[in-house]
Order: sequence, then structure tokens, then C-alpha cells
Amino acid sequence: MARYVLKRLAIAPLLLIGIVTIAFLISRLIPADPLVSIVGERNMGNPTVVAAAEQQWGLDKSLPAQYATYMGNLAQGDFGTSFRTKSSVWDDLTERLPATAELTLAALLFGVVAGIGLGVVAAVKRDRAPDHVARLFALTGSSIPVFWLGLILLFVFYARLGWLPGPGRLPPRTDPPAHMTGLYTIDSLAAGNFSLFWECSKRLIMPAFVLGWGLTGIVSRLIRASMLDELYADYVRTARAKGLTERSVMIRHVLRNALMPTITIVGLSFGALLTGAVLTETIFSWNGIGSYAVEATRTLDYPAINGVCILGGAIFILTSLATDVLYAVADPKIRLS
Amino acid sequence: MSEPLLELSDLHVKFPTPSGAIHAVRGLDLTVHAGEVVGIVGESGSGKSVSMLSVLGLHGPAAEVSGSVTFRGRELIGAPASELRHLRGGRIGMIFQDPMTSLNPALTVGRQLSEAVIVHQKGSKRAAGERAIDLLDMVSMPNPTARLRSYPHELSGGMRQRVMIAMAMANDPDLLIADEPTTALDVTTQAQILDVLGRIRSERNLAIAIITHDLGVVAGIADTVNVMYAGRIVERGAVEDVFYRHEHPYTSGLLACLPRLDSRSELLPIGGAPPALDALPLGCAFQDRCRHVTSACTEADVQLAPVGATESACVNAPIAVGVR
Amino acid sequence: MTAALEVVTVSLAPTRHPFARALRRPQFAIGMAVLAFWILVIVTVSWWAPYGPLEETGARLQSPNGSHWLGTDTLGRDVLTRTLYGARYSLPTAAAVIGLTVLIGSLLGALAGFRGGWIDTVIMRSSDVVLAFPPILLAMAVAAALGPGLRNTVLALIVVWWPIYARLLRGQVISIRHREHIEAAVSVGVPKRRILRRHILPLATTPVLINATMDFGQVVLLTASLSFLGLGAVPPTPEWGVLIDEGSRNFYQWWIALAPGVAILSVVLAFNFLGDSLRDLFDPRGR
Repeated sequence: MARYVLKRLAIAPLLLIGIVTIAFLISRLIPADPLVSIVGERNMGNPTVVAAAEQQWGLDKSLPAQYATYMGNLAQGDFGTSFRTKSSVWDDLTERLPATAELTLAALLFGVVAGIGLGVVAAVKRDRAPDHVARLFALTGSSIPVFWLGLILLFVFYARLGWLPGPGRLPPRTDPPAHMTGLYTIDSLAAGNFSLFWECSKRLIMPAFVLGWGLTGIVSRLIRASMLDELYADYVRTARAKGLTERSVMIRHVLRNALMPTITIVGLSFGALLTGAVLTETIFSWNGIGSYAVEATRTLDYPAINGVCILGGAIFILTSLATDVLYAVADPKIRLS
Repeated sequence: MSEPLLELSDLHVKFPTPSGAIHAVRGLDLTVHAGEVVGIVGESGSGKSVSMLSVLGLHGPAAEVSGSVTFRGRELIGAPASELRHLRGGRIGMIFQDPMTSLNPALTVGRQLSEAVIVHQKGSKRAAGERAIDLLDMVSMPNPTARLRSYPHELSGGMRQRVMIAMAMANDPDLLIADEPTTALDVTTQAQILDVLGRIRSERNLAIAIITHDLGVVAGIADTVNVMYAGRIVERGAVEDVFYRHEHPYTSGLLACLPRLDSRSELLPIGGAPPALDALPLGCAFQDRCRHVTSACTEADVQLAPVGATESACVNAPIAVGVR
Repeated sequence: MTAALEVVTVSLAPTRHPFARALRRPQFAIGMAVLAFWILVIVTVSWWAPYGPLEETGARLQSPNGSHWLGTDTLGRDVLTRTLYGARYSLPTAAAVIGLTVLIGSLLGALAGFRGGWIDTVIMRSSDVVLAFPPILLAMAVAAALGPGLRNTVLALIVVWWPIYARLLRGQVISIRHREHIEAAVSVGVPKRRILRRHILPLATTPVLINATMDFGQVVLLTASLSFLGLGAVPPTPEWGVLIDEGSRNFYQWWIALAPGVAILSVVLAFNFLGDSLRDLFDPRGR
């Protein structure tokens, strides 16, 4: 197994270089003049300001030279400075990463737990009413536009019913808890501030549900199929012949084997989660990388666009790798080879 | 003779399908006494496995089972699930044909063995683990302590089947049902497994119901033999009697199929194929393949009746079917 | 296999043709019905819609009523009409994306699978890199670079989507290539291009068809998402994503965003149903 992991680790940097290069090329395709967003419309007529800006941002050099500077900077961890926020892209990203992490983890938790539950129900009650309901729920989750769902839920539960708070990570005029992980729920718990924990958690409910519903769909379909695969396996009959209750048979034998392919799918759904995160963060005013990406593309802030693409790609590659390793560990046949 | 341990009376098992019900077991009577080894032989589709699955209720929900199955006098058909679960792996153990697929690939041997113990006996996990080692010893597994941590795919076919036997014996059952225990194994390993079964049987006065299509297996270990065809028993008797003094044409056909080392004659297969179980002819089910068929065979159902040394379900018995 | 199953399978009569089985399922019927509905709308809406999609009646931000069944937006345009017209943008765009992606991706994939060697390596590494991006980020970046407008959206989505079909075709070609009837054709001297076209590709189309059907819905979603973010269709085009964006700006006028979302949901569900049915058609063993 060590060889397998090492092989995958070796490819990762190459992929990263590929991503980085493509991000660079894309950002240079932008037809609009980035100078406009840097110096502002008014100053475009002023040649000194324009020239100074060009020099500062390296926009006067040729394309290959820019690429060289770009790669050189990247190697030192310098992602450039955002045209929009005027601070280092790296700082921007690291500041906003915890918000996305919190949202994604909550969605992952919801999606996986609900997905497994629904999948088991659908498999055990195959072709009967609960199965059809579960499958419809799952299918709808994969079909519903995330941004629209967020709007509808906000309208119903916040605007009309007032049961849940509005968009945003924190209640208005409230400071975040003392920084430990950057995930407000965990940090407020760690600080013993239970009311803040409760407030932050409430604000996490709708976005996590919106983001996680799609994952529920994927997971439940997979669990159902895997369990059906295993339900008629011989070892299940053996388990029954030992005198186990149906529930023990389902959970300790069938589900355990059915879970393995799920690990892979969950890992691979990270891409879908990130996609959803971009849209969810926008609707719920969640100050994460997703909304940063949206702002960046709206203002043609190409250092930021670059940075987000690279970070997104890196996360993607890492989660793929982690998934493969996790799967190899879980399946004894692979682990011991 | 003493009270039977297991008694099947007029057992019928049907499977509903879109094109009609399949009558897999058609009125089976069988008894097993304590300490007795009963062999059940027949070709694929004869209903031998299906009939024994009825004992522990291991068919899927689709099966329609009627008749009577009693264990120590207690009726098992229609018994509550909790009672069946109490028996499964408890007083009655069962092993299956393919040990590779019959063991959970994701759990270690030790876990699966301990589970069999914990389900029925109170006690700590450690006690169950120790019992697991004892069980592996019982089935002559080399290096039992190390084997506890192995996964099924790391063991050979013979070792896996020993694990299955150990699991079935975990709670010292009175009856072991063995469904084709040696079919998936090569001949040498077969002999070893049969050895293990024979030894356990005599050490613990265990009753065994062994299902197989292999007459050689039966010859080695069984006391009585039941020959099944198309869902019914067509011949029954002590093993010697069935082998040398049988009366039913199907039994003689089966025996004639066996390759023998002591003679050089051709193998004689039984022509034709077993009848479809949803479209059985009236009368004896073997009529289309029988060399001795007469009009009496097609008129009515043929029941098992004592003829000579064995019980036989043939209207034309005794026939000089020939002894080899 | 359990003894019981053995008994059952040995005795069963042959089953009926899988076509009839698949088509009778409610999923297929619903999917086709919804699809038919939208195609009808696309073709005929201009004949019978009460208003034009850009027509600004004086009644602004009206909630649903007798003359405007789904109300009006900030410029007094009828929401129902705009939603129906939206199909004219969302659906053909998705069709174009899928069509071109399948074409380009399949070509590249077949080439890679059939030729092997450095062509294979180049194509596969490129697809690896593209696939290493989270799709929406890549789509956003390319769309931003190219500028707004549905035509650029199509290009951006093709860039994001082609590797999926390239890989699919490559896998299919490689597995089919080694089948015996292909080896037989090669040994008789049939030219390679002909083998590819006449023998391999027809066999490879099934998974492509199934995939494309399921992907159609995802493309509609992605197009709407890009438009929602301002990176796709441009107002006043009544593309569904644009409509939802307008709805988000008038949060309390819920009727503006409701219908286009339902429209998207119906289309994506329909294609998911159709894709499922197609998959069952070709793999009756599946559940």
C-alpha cells in the first residue's frame, strides 16, 4: 500500500503545476483592462498613475516574463495582491477558509448521515413506499438549484415564519469568538460561550441543509445499491444462521460492507460540494472562499481568481488522495497487499 | 427407537413467481435422531437444500412453507422469530457450501467466531475470544491464536470451512445441518473436512444432517441416506442398504454415474433432465427418464413405502435393478 | 446463490423484452411528458403567450393576480411569460453544450484510446488537469475571462466538460478494442479508421447516451448558476438563472424567483428520470 500512496503523491505536484499554468492562462485571457479596476475609471486618463500602476502590478512586461514572475512568486508562496481588496491574496484566502470549512463540514455531516439513513431504509424496504419516498427525496436533492433553494428557504423560514435567523455567520453587532480554528461553532464552544454557539449553529442550519441535500442524494443512492448488492450475499445468510437479530445483521454485516464504496464517493463529491458552496455562500452572505471567488470574477480581479483556482484545485487533489488512502485502509484486501 | 431430535412431516415449500408457483419441496418426511448422521442426496434443484433451510427458517420472505418441522417436539413453522433466533447457532448449527462467500470478508475470523458465541452466551469479549481459540482447536486448525486475526481471504478453502464448522459448533448444538460442505473443496480437503465432522460427531454425540450430491461423501459418514428427486424423497434406508440393496430406478441411476476405480466400464449418465418444478407430470416425477416406466407410474402420486431393505417410492419395486 | 434462488432460476420461463419493461415505468413516462411539455413551449409560446418577454406593462411588482398569473417584476414584465420564454435560452444552450462536448470529447477520447502512445498521454494529462479543478471555479474563471453572454457560457462549459466524455470514450474504446470480433477484423486487413467507425464506435454509444442524458440536467443547472452569478446570460434575457437573480434582488416579491426555479427543477428531474430509465433499459440486472 505504501507504494500506491507514494505513486499518487508523486503525481500531485505535476497536477498542481498544470492547474497553476491554466489558471495563469485564463486570467490573461481577460479582455477587459484590469487597470480599470486598479486605478479606477477616473484615473484612466492620467498617464503617470497608469504607468505607476502598470509597473507596480507588472502589467508592462511580456507574457512569458509575466509567467516567470508568477511562477517564481508562487514558489515562494506569494499569490499576489488582490486588485479589489488590496491585500495579499494568500491572506484573503486563509482568512476566509475557515468559513468555507465550517459550512462544508456541516453539509458533509448532514449529507452523509442523512444519506446513510435514507439509503438503509430504501434498501430494507425495497420497492415499497418508504423506498420510493427516499429515492424521490434523494433525486430532488441532486436536481434542485442550490441558490434557488436557499432563497426559498430563507423566504419561508426567515422572512415569513421567523423560525431561523437570516443570512450571515453571526448575529448582527456581535463579535466572533476568540480565534482558535476559525470555525465559529467550535470556537464558541471552546470559549464556553454557549449562547453564541447556539446562535452560530442556528445560522448554519439552512446553508448546511441546502449544500448537503445534494450529497444526501448521492450517498443514499449508493448505500441503497451497495446494500442491495450485499443483502443477498451468502455471509448474510450465515449471520442469520448464527442467531443474530435482523437489525444486527443489517448494521453489523450488510452496512459495514456497503459503506466501503461510500468512502470513495464522498471523497469524490468534494468537487460538487465546492460548487454548491460557491452558490450557497453567496445567498447566505457566508464570508468564505466561495463568495470571495464570486466577487473576484465579478470584478475581474485576476490575482484573486488565480488564487482561488489554485486553492480549489489543490484541495481537490488532496481530497482525492485522502479518499484513495482511506479506501485502501478500510478494505482489508487492499491494505494487506 | 428414541424420540427423534428433528422431524419433518409433509413439508411443502413453494416459491411464487410471475409465471406460477414453483413447488420446490412436495411433501417431505424426514427424521433425525440424536447422534445420527442423516445424508440427503440429490441433483441440483431436487429440493434438498430448500428443505433443510426450512428448519431454521432461512428462506427469504417469499417462500411459502407448510407442513410441520419439529425440533425436540417444538413446532418450528410459524414459530416466532425470537424462538428461531434462539435455535439458530444455539441448539442447531448450520454450515453452507461456499465458505469464501459465506464468511464476511470485512471481519476477522476471530470477530466472526466471537460473535457466534456472544449471541448466545453471556460473558465478556475476552471469554468469547478464548472460546474462539478452543473452537479452532476443535476443528484442528493449525496455529489458532494467529488465525483469529486473519481475514477470510487469507485462508485456504479448507481452513475457511473449518472456521464455518467452528462457528456452527460455538454453542455446542445438538444438531448440525451441513449444506454441501465439501462441494467447493478439492478431494483431499474434502477428506479432511469429513474427518473433522466425523470426529466432532463421535466426541459430542452430534446429530448431523448432511446434504450433498456426492454419494461418495455420504458413503463415508452417513448412517441413513435419503435420496431426493423433484422435491420428494424417493428412497430411504441405512447407507449400506441404499448402496447395495436399493429398489428405486433413480438411485440405481445415480450409483451408475459414479466413476469407479475397480471397474473399467463406461459412465452411464441418466438421460434427460429433471422436470420443471412448476410443470410436473401426474404420477411419478421420474417417469420421463425411467427405463422401467409403466402406465401405473403415470396415474397417481407415488408414496414412499418399505420394499425390501429400504423404503422406496416406486410402484414397480421390487425390480431387479441390478446390484454392482 | 442460495438454494432457493437456484431452484427458482432453473425453472423460470424467459422474461419479456426489456424495452417494454423500461418504457412502462412511471419514471420514463413522467420524464418524457415534462420534456415534451417544454419542447412544446419552446416552439409555440410566441403564438399564445399573453405578453411579450420584454414587454413592460405599467403594473410593477404585482403579486399573482387575474391578469398576471405569476405577477410582475420591477419593470412590470409578466413573470409567467418570462419564465416560459426562458426555456428558449436554457434548454438549447444545454443542448449545444452537451452536443459539442460529446462530439469533441468523444473524438479526443476515441483518438486517445485507439491510437495510444503520446497522443493518449497528452490528451489524458490535459483532461487530468482540467478535472483537477472544481468545475464551477473553472467555469467561472473562463466565463469571466471571455465575458458575459450565453455564447461564451457555452464555450466555458465545453472547456469544463469535455474531459468527462474523453475519458468515457477512451475507456470504452480500449475495452472494446480487445474484443475478439475487432481482432478478427484487424487480422482480415480492415483499415483502422474503418474499424473505429464501423465496429467500435457503435458499441461505445450506449454509455455515452446514458451519461449525456443525465448530464443534460447538470448543464442546465450550471448554466443557470453562472447566469445567477452574472457570468452567463445577460439581463434582460429571460434565462432562468437571470430570472432567479432578479428574484433575489426583490426578496420579498417571492413570485419572481419561484417559477424559474420550479422550471429548472422540472427539467433536471425529467432528465434524471430519463437517464435512470435508459440505464435500466440497458442493464436489466440493475435495481
